[in-house]
Amino acid sequence: MIGLASVLDLSRFQFAMTTIFHFFYVPLSIGTALAVAIMETIYVRTKKPLYKSMAQFWGKIFLLSFAVGVVTGIIQEFQFGMNWSNYSRFMGDIFGAPLAIEALLAFFMESTFIGVWMFTWDRFKPGVHVIFIWLTWLGSTLSAIWILAANSFMQHPTGFEINAQTGHVRLTSFMAVVANPQLWVEFPHVIFAAILTGGMVVLGMSAFGLLRSKQKREFFTKSAKVGAWLALVGSLLTIAAGDMQTRYIINDQPMKFAATEGIYKDTTDPAPWQAVALIDTKTKTVKSSVDIPYLLSILSYHSTSGSVKGMNTINKELHAKYDKKFGANMNYYVPVKTLFWSFRFMAGVGVLSALLTFLALLWSRAKKDTLADKRWFLWILGICTYLPFVGTTGGWLITELGRYPWVVYGLQTIADAVSPTTTAGQLWFTNIVYFVLFCVLGGVMVFYSRRTLHHGPDYDASEVNDTKQVHGNAREAYQA
Amino acid sequence: MTILQLLWYGVIALLFAIFLFLDGFDFGVGMATRLVAQTPAERQLYMRAIGPHWDGNEVWLITAGGAMFASFPLWYASLFSGYYILLFLTLVALILRGVSFEFSAHAETPRELAVWQWANFCGSLLAPFFLGMMLTSMIQGVPMDAQGNIWAGFWQVCNWLSIVGGVATVYFSFLHGLHFLSLKLPAVDARKMLHVSSKVYWIAYPALIVFVLLAIFQTDFYTARPLSTWLITVIILAATICGHWAAAHVRGGIAFISTGVTLAGVIAFIFNGLFPRVLIGVPAKNSLLIQNASASPKTLTIMTIVLVCLLPIVLIYFIWSYWIQRKRISSSDIQGENGY
Repeated sequence: MIGLASVLDLSRFQFAMTTIFHFFYVPLSIGTALAVAIMETIYVRTKKPLYKSMAQFWGKIFLLSFAVGVVTGIIQEFQFGMNWSNYSRFMGDIFGAPLAIEALLAFFMESTFIGVWMFTWDRFKPGVHVIFIWLTWLGSTLSAIWILAANSFMQHPTGFEINAQTGHVRLTSFMAVVANPQLWVEFPHVIFAAILTGGMVVLGMSAFGLLRSKQKREFFTKSAKVGAWLALVGSLLTIAAGDMQTRYIINDQPMKFAATEGIYKDTTDPAPWQAVALIDTKTKTVKSSVDIPYLLSILSYHSTSGSVKGMNTINKELHAKYDKKFGANMNYYVPVKTLFWSFRFMAGVGVLSALLTFLALLWSRAKKDTLADKRWFLWILGICTYLPFVGTTGGWLITELGRYPWVVYGLQTIADAVSPTTTAGQLWFTNIVYFVLFCVLGGVMVFYSRRTLHHGPDYDASEVNDTKQVHGNAREAYQA
Repeated sequence: MTILQLLWYGVIALLFAIFLFLDGFDFGVGMATRLVAQTPAERQLYMRAIGPHWDGNEVWLITAGGAMFASFPLWYASLFSGYYILLFLTLVALILRGVSFEFSAHAETPRELAVWQWANFCGSLLAPFFLGMMLTSMIQGVPMDAQGNIWAGFWQVCNWLSIVGGVATVYFSFLHGLHFLSLKLPAVDARKMLHVSSKVYWIAYPALIVFVLLAIFQTDFYTARPLSTWLITVIILAATICGHWAAAHVRGGIAFISTGVTLAGVIAFIFNGLFPRVLIGVPAKNSLLIQNASASPKTLTIMTIVLVCLLPIVLIYFIWSYWIQRKRISSSDIQGENGY
């Protein structure tokens, strides 16, 4: 081993890096695909060329996101075997099936129909062509269900038994795996967050578009409206689904919940909510905090009474429950500060998105239509293009770090899951290459998205039928 | 060994064979962008030929990987962790190839365009090479412990047979790509593809023959299962000669099917020789077998139901997507579309 870090640390870092990077593009693709599908549907219904132009323009952003999402997605499937072979052996009987179903049911659908959608604008009637983007969106949404079914088992194992001979997990009920309660609070939260992401990106980029050009005012105002509606509905539903999930987690993974609220000692009844807090993980105390009375009881139980268990109590309970199997040396405290602040960023993003989109819709309604003139607000919206990614990353940090020290809750520890054959040297190499590669891919994707925005749509009110200019860039490049 | 285990062993083989058949020509087209095409515009046209299809073709690899995880988790775990660096390099190649399609459509300067066209070429060249290396390194037997961990050193991964195996996979993918282009490009270019292909065959033969000779000495395939192994070898050779004949006589369709059969034949060769093992261990007692590497009967049953229900539907729209885009493309196609 090369000093600095262990195989375990490096493997965890790699999983975090590849998954976080991949998950920038998952919600972005699902969200923008929906936006494009809605725009094209409006075009089909109204026959207004503006909406065709919108679907094509935002389609380019969607395709850029999809391209990076697809290529980083292959890593996800391979790395379970590559870096976490003992996990794969332990979990194979449960975990592989959702992945295979995901490929068969979802990936084929999205990859086939995206190929058809891209190249057949002139071949099919608009009413038929729009079906292809809807199928692409459906495929990506279905894929979310199956990968989250797999993830939900890691959070809350159901429908299994332990094989006495091998010690591995064995499937007893596929229905129980699919009906996992964790899945049905997690999936809505993720899918609505994806809609929020797509909406905010369309809204934010439209705001930049409005700041740059007066001629495209109609195009970008209408785009902003579609984005704002998506993000508003997405944020409200994400918050509602998040509330469901929180109240589920209080009972299912109390340590995760206590950490997101930074509670070491059991709270009083009613429980105050610590808006911000100075947490000392060494002495396991909260040094100081800004408290809002009653709010934690309300958030946790939708009631003005009820106390919440602290991590110290939960730690004792977990030791009592698992010491026989895993030994007394286990550390059940999760990374408290990361969870505490991730939660605040995530929730903040949700609330801020709802607020901003509400204002955007208020000012862009047909009677008023002053959104394009409020430059200060356009700047805020533009910067908030990047906002949802903070929220989605925070959400995953809570979910995944919060099940520490387990890879499969209560069944297998992260330390036991790692591949025994990989070396620190290999992992340093792959981590560095991935890191450089992701910087390039992410950078190019953002750069090309921005440049696409700067060129603007091909829509011109005077020659509405000219769509020939789309993707003419490469042609100019040959001629040069 | 149960019927279900046998079935899933066959399904994994089939998925890999379909993957190599389909993505094989994508790789070959990528290689042709540098080895045959002369101008950036030609390169873009070649890439356009596979533009609507490469992603769907790659999903066969993802499906094969997922199906392997689901039906033979111990195989998946050992193989993927044991061939860590090769698979990592394959992933990097697939990533470069994958983004190049979309990114090259956004390129504005010749240099930018060249970067993504090079990415496409390098990815298309290296991905089949590394995959071919992995598959042909695996069949020689690898050091395994009783837990099924593969402890392959450099020389187990990188040796004569695996390098020739990788090179052969690259050659036949290249030929396959040329044949695909001969079906998709305008008639003049199509003839050029077959002309190049009929010459490339002369360097593919030696690779194939060296591969067979090395396989006779380095694997137990020809002694353990002589009849079927020789049969498949003959089929591969016959398909190769048939493809060569077809290319020389400007029969693109037959040439395309022939190289496809050769590539799928390589997978058949490997899976036939492995049987009833999935990984050949050194010492032999540590080998993973179909019998002990598989998932539980329950999981296999569910996966079978899923496969029987979903695969026909997938095949219908998959084939439909090729059918509606079966026409030859020309340079005017690049301009009028939203694609590239």
